[in-house]
Amino acid sequence: MSAIDDQQAKFEVTIPSDTVAGQTIQDQIIRKLEELAYGDHDLFGIRLALEEALVNAIKHGNRLDPQKFVRIAWQIDSNGCRIEIEDEGEGFNPVEVPDPTADENLERPCGRGIHLMRAFMNAIVYNERGNRVVLEKTRTIMESEPTSE
Amino acid sequence: MSTRKIDIEEVNGVTIARFTDKKILDESNIQIIGNQLFSLIDDDHRQKVVLDFSNVEYLSSAALGKLITLDKKVKAAQGELRLCAIRKDILEVFKITRLDKLFKIMETRDKALDKF
Repeated sequence: MSAIDDQQAKFEVTIPSDTVAGQTIQDQIIRKLEELAYGDHDLFGIRLALEEALVNAIKHGNRLDPQKFVRIAWQIDSNGCRIEIEDEGEGFNPVEVPDPTADENLERPCGRGIHLMRAFMNAIVYNERGNRVVLEKTRTIMESEPTSE
Repeated sequence: MSTRKIDIEEVNGVTIARFTDKKILDESNIQIIGNQLFSLIDDDHRQKVVLDFSNVEYLSSAALGKLITLDKKVKAAQGELRLCAIRKDILEVFKITRLDKLFKIMETRDKALDKF
């Protein structure tokens, strides 16, 4: 087992309701995953889920209010990652979001973010108020990768 | 002033719009890309449009929203929109959202131009 497996990176930051600030954190998290040699497909899915969750928090949760902030906490190791994103908005009920893949919703220009997060992550869990989401992803072990003893 | 986010080429009456960015993420960026695409229809009145994704490595649901609006504009103008050269991960996004049923997606640029 390599030394890095024992080091779980834990971080927490608070950013303003600004998507550029969200991108910076996104890049920081992806860099950490790259250091741990996550595969391209995992990186793609995690970046996409992060983008969707951050845009939801900044734009729909905090409604781009400069007085409101988004808290992001993440734990990453070589087995997986857990990312928590919380806004200061009123929250929402994810169950009430219409299915974007239903025929009648296919041409709607929005409402696909949560569906994509669910597809690419192993778990996405909202709190009761609907202003905090936890994204979890188990790292995919590639066939060429040696397994640890 | 906004940077050009798409390269435009004209081949036999078909407009090929190739995204220049690797990442079609971030709201303000997507807004600019959307406006540049919509201008092809609203201002330049182009009717046959191919979107070339060969440079694109990431795209979000907000970008999909712009593509849907563009498709509606093209159809309203009696035109046709085709998408091409989409890499595997992004194609998966289209399939997960079932937008592969809405858009005409071709494997390569040549195939997209064929019989247009």
